[in-house]
Amino acid sequence: MNPSMPITEAPGLFTADGLTGLIFLVMMAVTLIGGLIACCAERLVRAVAGLMVCFVGVASLYYFLNSPFVAMMQMLIYVGAVCITIAFAIMLAAPEESKKNGPAGPLSGPLGFITAGIVTFGLIVMALNTKFPILAKVNQGTAKEIGIQLLTQYSMVFELISIVLLIAIIGALVLARAGRSK
Amino acid sequence: MSLTVLNVLVAVVIAIGFAALNAAYLVWAERRGAARIQRRPGPNINGPFGLLQPPLDGIKLMTKQIMIPGGADKILFMVAPVLAMAPAILSFVTIPFSDTIVAHNMDIGLLMIFAFASMGALAVLFAGWGSRNKYSVMASVRAVSQNVSYEIPMLITAITVVMITGSMDLKTITAAQTGGFWNWNIFPSLHSPLMPLSFILFFICSLAETNRAPFDLGEAESELVAGFHTEYGSMGFGLFFMGEYANIVIGASLTTILFLGGWDCPFGLFPGVWWFLLKIYLLIATFIWIRWTFPRTTIYGLLNLSWKILIPLSLFNLLLTAGLLKVF
Repeated sequence: MNPSMPITEAPGLFTADGLTGLIFLVMMAVTLIGGLIACCAERLVRAVAGLMVCFVGVASLYYFLNSPFVAMMQMLIYVGAVCITIAFAIMLAAPEESKKNGPAGPLSGPLGFITAGIVTFGLIVMALNTKFPILAKVNQGTAKEIGIQLLTQYSMVFELISIVLLIAIIGALVLARAGRSK
Repeated sequence: MSLTVLNVLVAVVIAIGFAALNAAYLVWAERRGAARIQRRPGPNINGPFGLLQPPLDGIKLMTKQIMIPGGADKILFMVAPVLAMAPAILSFVTIPFSDTIVAHNMDIGLLMIFAFASMGALAVLFAGWGSRNKYSVMASVRAVSQNVSYEIPMLITAITVVMITGSMDLKTITAAQTGGFWNWNIFPSLHSPLMPLSFILFFICSLAETNRAPFDLGEAESELVAGFHTEYGSMGFGLFFMGEYANIVIGASLTTILFLGGWDCPFGLFPGVWWFLLKIYLLIATFIWIRWTFPRTTIYGLLNLSWKILIPLSLFNLLLTAGLLKVF
């Protein structure tokens, strides 16, 4: 398929385009279902499981979109680190069955649905009115190319992010130290 | 395109077969090894040398009824064993067994294996939590804290090797070590005088990552009944077992690729898949040997070893290697 040609008519299911689209839809479904489980689950551990499914879906989307490095980083950091940290926090904080949350805020119920509807409508309108230009492939998305970009063109961002992480580490240390009597 | 899909499918089928065969016969090897080390008879009744024991065990496990404890979280309980097995299978896809035998070589193969290996801890967490059993939860918390703390020195040590080779492609890493054993990464070179230390660090970490004795705190049967899989019977337990042995094979393969020259022959004779297999099975034999000769450590000793000794050492090693690479 020529990447610069937008598809105007629906391709057949068993053509290359059709199967690609099907795989894309499956990945979208996995991501959305994971997100829904994460939001709706009663038990916190199940919510973490949903979050994990959602992250795996996002990682597969990255892989689908030709960025294997970003996909693997998504797996390593979000699934392997963030999910486990959250699950750990749940286990340490609430060993019993999760309790019901407090009284619902003013945005729950009908008002919440209206807000969600407005946001969804806005997003749909935006998506329909935006022209999606098909860009040429920048590079292969390999570790080497990303590394070169990170340390040349985006070195400022890279350094700033490392400062954010440093602040987080120091903050964690301060919080952990404050709890100790000696 | 279609050829690639077919390639990947065939590779996945072979990977599952390889993992299952290894799991079955490594259990046999483990039990025989344990028996030999403890001077008692091992499984030696069924078939010659007890070789029919694994298929019989498999049949037994598969025909048993699946039992789900009363208060368990059914979905997580059922998902956890699959989650323990799947990442291990996926990791096989990118391991180069020889110059030609690799399902899908990625330029970030090393990263991919670590990415999927990190999912294994979640399986243990879900298994422990889903069982609604105190011992399971305690075991899974232990196992996960251990996995998380040993992942750090393991990754740092792997980065040292990546810096020397300049690639995360497992095939390139192996290719850089060909031509005699003195080229292997385990031996010190000008850039990396501490390479033997890296190897030992990596080996200890892979023992801990795969929950093997002396670091099998998640399965301390003397304190925790059985560990995170206390409530599992039938094939759920079987899947955990297969996942564990598949992970051991991956750990040994990774050690072989990073430090022992992969499919390279020590004297330059017939490089190929047989050398790779010989190396990983020697490493696995060492795993078994260590398991049955060392007593289990304590959980604090285990975590202290990682945070106070292994991480500083691996960081020092990383900085030294980086400096020497810059100087020479």
